[in-house]
Amino acid sequence: MRPLVITLTAALTAVVLAGCGGSGGGGGGNGLSGLIEADGSSTVGPFTSAAAQRFKQEQSGVNVTVGISGTGGGFERFCRGETDLSDASRPIKDEERAICEKNGIAYSEFLVANDGIAVVANKQNDWVDCLTVAQLKRIWEPGSKVKSWQDVDPSFPDEQLKLFGPGTDSGTFDFFTDKIVGEEGASRTDYSATENDNVTVRGVSGEKGGLGYFGLSYFEDNRSQLKDLKVNGGGGCVAPTRETVQAGTYTPLSRPLFIYAKTSSFKRPEVEAFIRFIIDHEVEIADAARFVPLTAAQLKLAKQELRQAAG
Amino acid sequence: MASRSAVAPPALQSSRIRWGELVIKGMLALCALVSVATTVGILIALLQPAIDFFREISVVDFLTGSEWAPLFEPGSFGVRPLVYGTLAVTFVAIAVAVPFGLGSAIYLSEYAHRRTRKVLKPTLEILAGIPTVVFGYFALVFVTPWLRDIGIQVDIFNALAAGLVMGVMLIPTVASLSEDAMQAVPDALRHGAYALGGNRVHVATRVVVPAALSGIVASFVLAISRAIGETMIVLIAAGQQPTLTLDPRRTVETMTAFIAATGNGDVPRGSIEYKTIFAVGLTLFVATYAMNIVATRLVRRFREVYE
Amino acid sequence: MKQIAFRGVLLLSLSVALVTLGTLLFTVFQDGWGQLDKTLITGVNSSDPHQAGARPAILATIEMGLLLLAFVVPIGVGTAIYLEEYANKERWYNRLLEINIMNLAAVPSIVYGILGLAFLVRGLGLGRVLLAGAMILTLLVLPTVVIASREALRAVPNSIRQGAYALGATRWQVVWRQVLPAALPGIATGSILALSRAIGETAPLIMIGALTYIAFDPTLLGPFTALPVQIYDWISQSDQDYTLRAAGGIIVLLGILLVLNSVAIFVRNRYQKRW
Repeated sequence: MRPLVITLTAALTAVVLAGCGGSGGGGGGNGLSGLIEADGSSTVGPFTSAAAQRFKQEQSGVNVTVGISGTGGGFERFCRGETDLSDASRPIKDEERAICEKNGIAYSEFLVANDGIAVVANKQNDWVDCLTVAQLKRIWEPGSKVKSWQDVDPSFPDEQLKLFGPGTDSGTFDFFTDKIVGEEGASRTDYSATENDNVTVRGVSGEKGGLGYFGLSYFEDNRSQLKDLKVNGGGGCVAPTRETVQAGTYTPLSRPLFIYAKTSSFKRPEVEAFIRFIIDHEVEIADAARFVPLTAAQLKLAKQELRQAAG
Repeated sequence: MASRSAVAPPALQSSRIRWGELVIKGMLALCALVSVATTVGILIALLQPAIDFFREISVVDFLTGSEWAPLFEPGSFGVRPLVYGTLAVTFVAIAVAVPFGLGSAIYLSEYAHRRTRKVLKPTLEILAGIPTVVFGYFALVFVTPWLRDIGIQVDIFNALAAGLVMGVMLIPTVASLSEDAMQAVPDALRHGAYALGGNRVHVATRVVVPAALSGIVASFVLAISRAIGETMIVLIAAGQQPTLTLDPRRTVETMTAFIAATGNGDVPRGSIEYKTIFAVGLTLFVATYAMNIVATRLVRRFREVYE
Repeated sequence: MKQIAFRGVLLLSLSVALVTLGTLLFTVFQDGWGQLDKTLITGVNSSDPHQAGARPAILATIEMGLLLLAFVVPIGVGTAIYLEEYANKERWYNRLLEINIMNLAAVPSIVYGILGLAFLVRGLGLGRVLLAGAMILTLLVLPTVVIASREALRAVPNSIRQGAYALGATRWQVVWRQVLPAALPGIATGSILALSRAIGETAPLIMIGALTYIAFDPTLLGPFTALPVQIYDWISQSDQDYTLRAAGGIIVLLGILLVLNSVAIFVRNRYQKRW
């Protein structure tokens, strides 16, 4: 008994002491160190994670945590001062800006990538290739009675429509409802709503009548399991690809992605270095995370913001 | 068993108060108070925001409304879809756990040799020790495709797969408590029944089970309580779409899954959405607490009768 | 005939559980065995599922486990000693205490998560840190430890106590020198089993924010994730390769539990006194 007890106590002391020693442990030689907390959009999350991974190779002493509470949830924490960075798949709303101001949280807004929202269906769906904005609106508007694919278009088979999509904390949700239904936040409620886009992927790929929407990167990651639908925003049916998003032809579901940085956090060298790293390497990071890089004009804007924030 | 009263035998009671002893007793009582603090904490944590919630949403609307969409504009706050979701999964789970658990218990108690018991009991314990996230994995990765393979039209996330797996997870709960109850039945009763010409089946079903009934029923009630409160299996496999249905083949959302999904997503603190976590949590707590009290009473009854 | 049929039905019941267990383990090992490489245990999470590792999760689980033992054993055993050796069972408040602990044992784990969210993360302002996780798990398994410790204390024959009293020992001396050492194997077994249960818990940790992308080793007051939460995270990814990785993580988790339970059984068999 006694040896066991002694061993356990020794182990416990050792672990607790190790755990108390600084965050992240020693960095490599040219040591920046610290903890950067990011939270927000589940779309932008993978981008920030990819950036963090690459950044760690340069600055091993800096640790970045990336939460995916949703754009809205991220801003909520950000404007309470809980996080350093807020990932967002839409710009900050006026109400959120007001809360930040009230709490004395100043910030900078950085454009980091472009993204499209892909509308996806099941691989076995062979009856539709393209949906108009009007059709999408009829499916997704509040109180919608559309239950079957046949309700969307009489020529479609009578296959039950199984809907999946982001929940209300998601910037993707805000953006989609704004562009498709015409009012931000206006949506039918009887679908599988989740902040976790992976649930949407699994859902749509598992249901013959499935239909869902999320960021393009999730579609690209799961190409083999899903079928993308072209969207007709008035100028013909356009497929969601990086090229069409970059060219601006995939409308209306193209959007920029943001990372908001708290000004007080920016004063810390590791935070500034991280943002600088992102802007300098945004093409590579966007590529890795399956997003569309910034246009030249957007990049100029981002660099300007960086100068202002650092300066 | 000789009683150990809290007071030392009179012959040894000295007239001096031993302060050391009092201090120690105090410290130990303090330890005990941690559990009291936990209960108080749970009650406060649940009641305060829940009361706030019910100031805005009437209890009647909450309990009778048929749509649960609290995070949307405008929100619907009828908890019934979540309750139905929980019930759908629970029915399936109990339909599995009760018969198979009881059957296993009868076999272990009345039929199995001592050696077989020594092997089988621990094996059932292994089942009980597997983390629920592993069961959730199993439900999603194996059971749902399997159900579709054998021709049952289930949604990709459905209550049936989650319920089946949960039922198997609960078999050890039913089996172990039922078996304890049956073991507590004195052999005299069995021997009496054999002496009157009964065979094993008679003895097991007409004598032992009825005699152990309160313990057996307690195990059912406990299993129901645990089914209602289980989170991971349903979070992974049952879905996140509150649907007012008891059809287990459909996607549903249970009370527990809602709490876990919403609590993690960090809705604005103090908002009505945040408070829904507590309103639903309170409903859950009340339901399971009630079941637990019933189960405890039943267990006490069988213990009283035979021990 | 009816005899055999009945026996058959019973055996069938038993086999449902056993066959499911077998299928589950088979599925897990089939998917996960190929995932067991060095990176899984020594690496950190990654956007490439084949490179994803669970080191931060494993370390956090171990650290929380040790903290848990440090918290729950003194408090749990203390409570058990109070109830068994000191408390006057006739008093209503002691009876209430007993009932309270029984009921706490059956509260769903997610409610403990709510408790943690409300009090530790937001109330005390600890935030979503490892220490909060350890504290919540402590409260979760405390009733189990108390109940197991009480059983162990009860199993110690009264003659031991009476003998010590007869020699002039105080109540605490009796407990500390005689009863507790005798009950220690039972207490140890119960604590290890409680630990084992806590390690597999996911829901309360999700509630207090363990579900994030953590690519560095955990610290006491820093963000964290735990092995079962990491597994859940991987299962939730749409990329099926992550699901396979999750199976690997499950094998690691089951391995840890196997070791713990074996230790508990060893302690019980080796040290348990037969009175």
